Amino acid sequence: MSAMPGVVAINTFREAVRDRVLYNLIFFALLMIGAAILVGQISVGIERIVIINLGLSAISLFGLVMAIFIGVGLVYKEMERRTLYSLLSKPVKRWEFIVGKYAGLLLTLAVNTAFMTLGLVAALLYVSHHFQRSDGSIFIAIYFILLELALVTAFALFFSCFSSPMLSTLFTIGFYIAGVFANDIRNFGELAHKPALGAVTRGLYYILPNFHNFNSIAAAAHGDAIPLSLVGQNTLYAVLYVAVTLLASSAVFSGRNLK
Amino acid sequence: MIPRSHKRLVRVAIVGVPVLFAAIAILQMRIDAQTRAGAQEQQELMLRSGAMVKKMSLGYESLLADIYWTRAVQYWGAQLGVPHSHYGLLWPLLDITTTLDPHLIVAYRFGAIFLSEPNAGARRPDLAVELVKRGVQANPDDWHLKSDLGFLYYWYLHDYKDAAATYFAASKDPQGPSWLAFMAARISDTGGSIDTSRMIWTQIYNSTDNATTRKKAVEHLAELQATEDEHHLNALAEQYRRHFGHYPSSTRDLRDAGMIRGIPRDPAGFPYEFNTEGKSHLDPNSPIPTLDDLDNPKKQ
Amino acid sequence: MTSPAIEISGLTKDYPVGFWRKRMRRSLDNLTLQVEEGEIFGFLGPNGAGKTTTLKLLMGLIYPTSGTARVRGRSIDDVAMHREIGYLPEQPYFYDYLTARELLDYFARIFGFSAKERGERIARFLERVGLADAAGIQLRKFSKGMLQRVGIAQAILHDPRIVFLDEPMSGLDPLGRREVRDIILDLKREGRTVFFSTHILSDAEMLCDRVAVLLNGKLQGVGAPGDIVSMELHGMEILFELGDGQALPRRFADRATVTGRRCRIEVPEAELYPVIEELRRCEARILSVSALRPTLEDYFFGLVGREKTASHGVEVNAR
Ligand SMILES: Nc1ncnc2c1ncn2[C@@H]1O[C@H](COP(=O)(O)OP(=O)(O)O)[C@@H](O)[C@H]1O
Ligand SMILES: [Mg+2]
Repeated sequence: MSAMPGVVAINTFREAVRDRVLYNLIFFALLMIGAAILVGQISVGIERIVIINLGLSAISLFGLVMAIFIGVGLVYKEMERRTLYSLLSKPVKRWEFIVGKYAGLLLTLAVNTAFMTLGLVAALLYVSHHFQRSDGSIFIAIYFILLELALVTAFALFFSCFSSPMLSTLFTIGFYIAGVFANDIRNFGELAHKPALGAVTRGLYYILPNFHNFNSIAAAAHGDAIPLSLVGQNTLYAVLYVAVTLLASSAVFSGRNLK
Repeated sequence: MIPRSHKRLVRVAIVGVPVLFAAIAILQMRIDAQTRAGAQEQQELMLRSGAMVKKMSLGYESLLADIYWTRAVQYWGAQLGVPHSHYGLLWPLLDITTTLDPHLIVAYRFGAIFLSEPNAGARRPDLAVELVKRGVQANPDDWHLKSDLGFLYYWYLHDYKDAAATYFAASKDPQGPSWLAFMAARISDTGGSIDTSRMIWTQIYNSTDNATTRKKAVEHLAELQATEDEHHLNALAEQYRRHFGHYPSSTRDLRDAGMIRGIPRDPAGFPYEFNTEGKSHLDPNSPIPTLDDLDNPKKQ
Repeated sequence: MTSPAIEISGLTKDYPVGFWRKRMRRSLDNLTLQVEEGEIFGFLGPNGAGKTTTLKLLMGLIYPTSGTARVRGRSIDDVAMHREIGYLPEQPYFYDYLTARELLDYFARIFGFSAKERGERIARFLERVGLADAAGIQLRKFSKGMLQRVGIAQAILHDPRIVFLDEPMSGLDPLGRREVRDIILDLKREGRTVFFSTHILSDAEMLCDRVAVLLNGKLQGVGAPGDIVSMELHGMEILFELGDGQALPRRFADRATVTGRRCRIEVPEAELYPVIEELRRCEARILSVSALRPTLEDYFFGLVGREKTASHGVEVNAR
């Protein structure tokens, strides 16, 4: 492993910060403040659940929007603006650039998510004045959201290695939706009682990213414990999937003629 | 000229991508095994209110309705394999589906069956009636729904008064076939007799091209036949006891006593059997399901 | 010296063109060239000749259709080669959210310099390209000329053995051009090799040990500037102004261009002094005397003319 990806990553993070990407936190803060004030007035007894549901959903949604819309420009923008010319004439390998860009956006997402987590915790304290042991699930749920973002970022980056941001956005969103419905796709094939269709949908099920694995917002809201084994498995799952996507991205990108 | 670095990466990818995907699949299988063992009712509906979903659907209600209908069917199918399932999400899913698209007739017609069926459904004919009533209200020109409603009253709720009234209302529909009026009269005369039931299922069989419905009708007709046969055999067993002082141990005893000719078989071809109280029943291997509910029409 | 600084053999690049990208157009055709260690090498050609294409191929930004190249004995496939070279892209563009100092710091990190070394180097090179005062300004506020200077700084920041410059003088004012010329000469003095492309002959003439001339992707010749492009005088140009009531001597009438009282004539070198003598006699005021040389444009124009007649249908695509 070389230090190059790290250098590229830091610069990518700096770009996001300079481009005022973190301003989305203001909206998140407003949302949490609004929810914390309003929820006590419109519902009784489920304030915690509402705040957790809303907070986690917003963390996931804000993160997804960032991952997709920044992710699809990561490589494309540098090719289009030719900022890559000076960078790649330095001793930077193309895969190092890919990995660096990826790590940079992931770092951005992690920092952004950390701030949003603080906001959620503050709102939760405001409505219920104390923490419960079961609140640990919230942090696991947030960790799972980050894993999910890691996957989505990798797809966005992959597509941006060979298509325009517009198309990459469509592809990434399509992949995300397919991944959310991966279970339904398999069930559909199984219920159809057609062996060929079943085989196809089962194959799809294992190839598509399974975002169902990472969704534990409801569990966190109801204070259900999330098994530690799932934490390990999900982490491994994300690592493998990101590895496969970055490998494919590097293979594609290393063969490209820059514009 | 392809650069060497690219060739090397492509070679790594050709090997690495399938290997990594295999690892991912194996891991997914393990995750699935765990979640399936863990919690059956893990399925969650974020929004249980159809009205709420409709507000949030931003003009794509009918597409969303189709998605929810698919989810409902899949949910029903998945719960079929779960012992003692309460089909807890079935009603909310159907509620959302029909609120999103009140004209999705199929959701009322099949949804009602999923809700009512005692063995392959939620055993909630009351909810089925509510669902179909909503359907009739939203689609007043569709006689199928009215006929379905009559059927629900008749078959699952044994409410012959409402059943007759509903069939009668359905028969007023200009599109409706003539047998609806006949059905109404028949039910009000004889209630839940086996003949009436048989007639209803025959009509259902004839009025649809849907393979699942036809199969269901054939099954029910077989059940009705078997129930009728058992009813006859029980009577014969009583006669036999009055004559010989004990119940027949098999249908062969009845034949040997000259009370019947040949060995009676159920519609699937299995001979009927007797228990020690002289009550006949199906061969345990017979594929024909026994419906406790059939006791009721039988007693009429 | 075992291997030449740059060794290009048979380098060819086809670009797909047209909507379906099925047709190919040859932008660089079988280029074979050697540049020796320590030279200033000028890569000459009009717009669209294939200069930038060649440099991008050498930098590994695009890949050749066929042919190979070695830099300091290493294949251009080998990224390690990039430690020893610097590159100024044509019309460079950098991360505009960074300041000049931050950009150089980013690149310096890639070469693994320590924090202290980075600070010291960045200050030195910003000074050298005349941007010491603009170090803290975001690049989005830079003019074209300033970007060109930052580009040069990043190309030489790590003391590369070979510096590739794509049109280094473009976008600069006369003073800036002189500064860049001085930098190139300094680099040579430090023993580095400089390979730069240009479409301006005088730049090449003033700096280069050798030049190569490229036209429509084909190499036309390599050699000392004087050998390749005739530096012969075409003659002398005299500008003068007639005094009040003076008439233009009749023997000049057919070759002078007259605008008001000002006149311009071209004379062969041998006739210069007699002509000046005659002008003095009729009390004309001499404004300037200058030597007439062919411009690169004249030269290329001649080459294009020859190409056109030699092989039909060569697409010349001036951007
Ligand atoms: N990405 C590209 N796709 C298609 N044609 C290109 C591309 N880049 C350059 N060309 C063509 O290649 C030729 C050489 O271009 P270039 O190397 O930029 O010339 P120069 O730098 O000498 O002005 C030109 O005709 C140009 O149009
Ligand atoms: Mg050029």
